Amino acid sequence: MSGAGGGDRQRGRYEGEVAREHYLNAAYGIRTWLLTTDHKRIALLYLISITLFFFLGGLFAVLIRLELLTPPGDLVQSETYNRLFTMHGLIMIFFFLVPSIPAVFGNFLLPLMIGARDLAFPRLNLASWYVFTVGGLFTLGAVVGGGVDTGWTFYTPYSSTYANSAVILTALGVFITGFSSIMTGINFIVTVHKMRAPGLTWFRLPLFVWAQYATSLIIVLGTPVLAISITLVAVERLFRIGIFDPALGGDPILFQHLFWFYSHPAVYIMVLPAMGVMSEVIACFARKRVFGYAFVAASSLAIAVLGFLVWGHHMFVSGQSLYAGMIFSVLSMLVAIPSAVKVFNWTATLYGGSISLATPMLYALGFIGLFTMGGLTGLFLATLAVDVHVHDTYFVVAHFHYIMVGGAVMGYLAAMHFWWPKMTGRLYPELWGKVSAVILFVGFNLTFFPQFVLGYLGMPRRYHFYPPEFQVLNVLSTAGASILGLGYLIPMVYLIWSLRYGQRAGPDPWRAKGLEWTVPSPPPVHNFEATPRVTEEAYDYAAVLPPAPLPEEGR
Amino acid sequence: MSVSPALQHHFDDMQQQSQAAGLGMWLFLATEIMFFGGLFAGYTVYRWRFPAAFADASGHLDVRLGAVNTAVLILSSLTMALAVRAAQRGRRRGLLLFLIVTMALGSVFLGIKASEYEHKLEEGLLPGPGFVYPGPQAGAAELFFGFYFTMTGIHALHMVIGIGVLAILLVPARRGAYSGSYFAPIELAGLYWHFVDIIWIFLFPLLYLLGQGVH
Repeated sequence: MSGAGGGDRQRGRYEGEVAREHYLNAAYGIRTWLLTTDHKRIALLYLISITLFFFLGGLFAVLIRLELLTPPGDLVQSETYNRLFTMHGLIMIFFFLVPSIPAVFGNFLLPLMIGARDLAFPRLNLASWYVFTVGGLFTLGAVVGGGVDTGWTFYTPYSSTYANSAVILTALGVFITGFSSIMTGINFIVTVHKMRAPGLTWFRLPLFVWAQYATSLIIVLGTPVLAISITLVAVERLFRIGIFDPALGGDPILFQHLFWFYSHPAVYIMVLPAMGVMSEVIACFARKRVFGYAFVAASSLAIAVLGFLVWGHHMFVSGQSLYAGMIFSVLSMLVAIPSAVKVFNWTATLYGGSISLATPMLYALGFIGLFTMGGLTGLFLATLAVDVHVHDTYFVVAHFHYIMVGGAVMGYLAAMHFWWPKMTGRLYPELWGKVSAVILFVGFNLTFFPQFVLGYLGMPRRYHFYPPEFQVLNVLSTAGASILGLGYLIPMVYLIWSLRYGQRAGPDPWRAKGLEWTVPSPPPVHNFEATPRVTEEAYDYAAVLPPAPLPEEGR
Repeated sequence: MSVSPALQHHFDDMQQQSQAAGLGMWLFLATEIMFFGGLFAGYTVYRWRFPAAFADASGHLDVRLGAVNTAVLILSSLTMALAVRAAQRGRRRGLLLFLIVTMALGSVFLGIKASEYEHKLEEGLLPGPGFVYPGPQAGAAELFFGFYFTMTGIHALHMVIGIGVLAILLVPARRGAYSGSYFAPIELAGLYWHFVDIIWIFLFPLLYLLGQGVH
């Protein structure tokens, strides 16, 4: 496998690498994992949990796509179908996307990137995983107990009065899980403020850290509002107080306001961390400092702030006043500015760089394209008149999957491949990585691009049957979904394989910049032997060698 | 330089540790403000929609008991502040005394609240199937009492948690664990206590004083 380029990594295998103590072999036994306060181990606990949720949520998606293969409702009836798309949305959003990059990679990397020995509150960090698990168990209990059919949005009065499913149990699960993200958010903000190594000023921070910081601000300010909204639904359902029920004097639109006040910013909770990953990966594989560093950093904060001012664009046809609609329309378009700042600056970073197309970079390039598609169609939807036409159609479904899957999941997988050697000490097989990145990209577009067309032609979301003229596009979409599924399964297999058989990575297989690459892989328990001193800007790639040759290119 | 036994391994010194804890507490309080903020927003919407009914329903609350409870809570904030002061000065007995008085005042508040709830239940003012309201606009009044019970109920839950936290802190306080160089837990519990008091300072006029001058 390895030729000349792998030489230094080969040597590492024989010289002390085996005997060295690191966070994985420092202690053994299930107790040392379940009671750990090491941010790196907690990150792995989260990784295992959210991977399970990801495949469960994916299973529901498979059933949805199978039902939509044919125009009539033959596989499931509407009662079941309602539960399928609700559970798919709930699990993917609250139990995979929201925790994904922050709880796994943020947890693992934040202390390493800023030269700290741990997060500020290690026990709170462990508690957050337990709270997440308890919330997850409640939700799983609801799945087993018949599921929930309200849609992931819990719209009232459906959720509070009419739904005959496990609403309370599911809502409780989401409520509890919210506290786990609040704990993570508080921990990250305090850590970035108080734990940076000497010399690591705010404008020397890796952009991944900026993105985590902005995400944490949204989590801390938004999640409590979701908690109180869910509490009020529960109060209404249990005590028959008509807070949202028009029959009792309440107002269902109020629920939508409260819900989207969290749930629109939650979109940025999901995609901002992926943008942070992009900056790291693109700088490394273009061997250049990120173009306009300060603007990219500030755009994360701008997205966090603006994200709180746009929730009303979910309610253009809900009976909110026309003037409110116009204001929300304009404010929503403003989010495009900081988002475009990021996309243009990544593109400018690529310009004139010495680019190598390793797997993380393939995912990053895929992200730029797919996020741009998702973002631009977001502008269509922010336009009042267009939204009235395509509201609640597959156009919306395609739009947010381009952001959530094309953006957030692509970013997650880029991070997975980029930092896998750091987390495990092993390289994944590069060729398989590239192949599955391409499969994923093709499968994704085949799944979701037809849905833009379907939506524009008028196919509504949340129905298990449709007129026969939509079948061709739906078959394309289902075919794409099977390719997409394959694209998720292949990395699952080779990443697990690499734990045992992968090449040893050495501390810095990508010749990347950043404090996390200065420590051995896997990192020692306390991360740094001595607190590092930072004397340079982030991404000072001009001074270092070109990237290490990839295994199959190195012969 | 002597290393404090309270210093955790991942901090460089006590100053960094206590600053981190303080910032964490303020952030937690920010989440609490957003949490109660949703309730206040809901209250505002419906008071705006049904001003007369809300004022009328508010007249059914006992202003005297509400006022007494306000005084009790403000007094408990004073004793809490004195407890922090005692911890800072390393006065073990003073700290214990003020913590216990604070907990006692908190319990008095909860006792008065419970008797108020009982009274409202007897009058049939608990929203739900058994709700009986003598005035016009019973539906809007039911909403008012829905907010009354939800807001004061969540506030009372916070009081219970506060008393529990102080009870836990009694153990190290008895041991003499706190001094001028380490009193962060008492200080942070104090921040939380004051926050819960301030929530009540808003609840009292919004719920109790609203109906004054109507009857």
